[in-house]
Amino acid sequence: MAETLLEVADLHAWYGESHILHGVNLTVREGEVVTLLGRNGAGKTTTMKSVMGIVTSRKGKVSFRGQDTIALPSYAIARMGIAFCPEERGIFASLDVKENLMLPPAVAPGGLSVETIFELFPNLKERLSSQGTKLSGGEQQMLAIGRILRTGAKLLLLDEPTEGLAPVIVQQIGRTIRRLKAEGFTILLVEQNFRFAATVADRHYVMEHGRVVDEIANDALDANMDKLHEYLGV
Amino acid sequence: MPDIFGIPPQALFGQLLLGLINGAFYAQLSLGLAVIFGLLNIINFTHGAQYMMGAFVAWMLLNWLGLGYWWALIIAPIAVGAFGMLIERTMLKHLYKLDHLYGLLLTFGIALIVQGVFRDQFGVAGQPYGIPAQLRGGTDLGFMFMPNYRGWVVVVSLVVCLATWFVIEKTKLGAYLRAATENPALVQSFGINVPRMITLTYGFGVGLAAFTGVLAAPIYQVSPLMGADIIIVVFAVVVIGGMGSIMGSIVTGFGLGVVEGLTKVFYPEASSTVIFVIMVIVLLIKPAGLFGRAR
Repeated sequence: MAETLLEVADLHAWYGESHILHGVNLTVREGEVVTLLGRNGAGKTTTMKSVMGIVTSRKGKVSFRGQDTIALPSYAIARMGIAFCPEERGIFASLDVKENLMLPPAVAPGGLSVETIFELFPNLKERLSSQGTKLSGGEQQMLAIGRILRTGAKLLLLDEPTEGLAPVIVQQIGRTIRRLKAEGFTILLVEQNFRFAATVADRHYVMEHGRVVDEIANDALDANMDKLHEYLGV
Repeated sequence: MPDIFGIPPQALFGQLLLGLINGAFYAQLSLGLAVIFGLLNIINFTHGAQYMMGAFVAWMLLNWLGLGYWWALIIAPIAVGAFGMLIERTMLKHLYKLDHLYGLLLTFGIALIVQGVFRDQFGVAGQPYGIPAQLRGGTDLGFMFMPNYRGWVVVVSLVVCLATWFVIEKTKLGAYLRAATENPALVQSFGINVPRMITLTYGFGVGLAAFTGVLAAPIYQVSPLMGADIIIVVFAVVVIGGMGSIMGSIVTGFGLGVVEGLTKVFYPEASSTVIFVIMVIVLLIKPAGLFGRAR
């Protein structure tokens, strides 16, 4: 079995006074694509932001390649080789597309070249001098994913990359995720859409009320469909 | 030479030059305020005191250590900028998530303390500071006689302002700065040490104020209240230009200096209020400022 890349154990997190995560446990092994499924407010995004150190009020164990990261500021966590693509995409309005793409500094050797990123997302190449936020939603998502592929980070945290996008763009993102897996990236994915998740992932964690309540292998998804419907309320 | 609108050209151009010089100071000071406000979300009311400190550091270097103007141009911004970074690390950094009012009150309080200390040490009378030997005298431009030092101030200010604009708008470092102004948490999650960037940015803004103070020392006298006098006008300039816009600060600073100078020629009674009248009009018509984006 591949090496454990990310280990989260008994992770608690707070937004101000409100206690959001109540002891999250999960592991991601090198080369895997793992999703976090769950309803709105289950704590999926907070889990990612806590791993990344963006939510600073957190307790428990988070380790990356065996190194504890819970006490580190987010810039130090990023430099270990973890990259985060937020749900709201985080494209900067005061930067053009090229500046957005080139913004994240390289944290490790072996990032994708800009040419490879254009090959994955040809739309970006034609829009380089546009203002970042003038792009369509799908293009903004491609830019948000593209820019973290350059950095050499090998663990990608993608927060709902398909949210609100047209089916053809969702398929393109799906192809990209499978390609990235083939290139050796490890991906933790937050998804509301488990049908999409099933096309890219190896395993799924189900979150409820700030905890991981179930783990389902992708090939056992069909057998667990009733349970899943209940978890997700679909 | 014939009169222009009934005004002798020497008087007109003389006031225009004076206006450009004041405008250069307004531009540099409001530029520093804009950079600081953009990233720190702090309205730096200590800015005037830091400008005054720059002039005083120049005076101290000359009178206590025998180091002249050119040394002061380098040392004063570094020394006062370091003082600013100390304030940022120990006090300002606790205020970023609070309302603007807290930063304004703290920096205003620091300004009062700094001014009080200098008043206690040096009194309110100004200390003279000579023009450096290389820039004494003047040049006959044909249409007017220009003191060399004043020409130097206008040129240096323009260069410094445009260089700052270039770095912020056209370089990678500036891209970090602009991105962190929009979303510091995300920029930090890319591996950039944003807290350090904030400290250095504040140091730069403060250093720019001190640099302006050194430029001003030979023109105005070096006095503990010189900052308090100019900063009120600079805040009006910032309101007119729009808080947080880099080019807006530069254009508005120079522009309003010239407007003020011309008012001195054509209607001297209004020269000290014209900027505030413009501020009121701009606030009524475009509350975010001429170059500002509504937040």
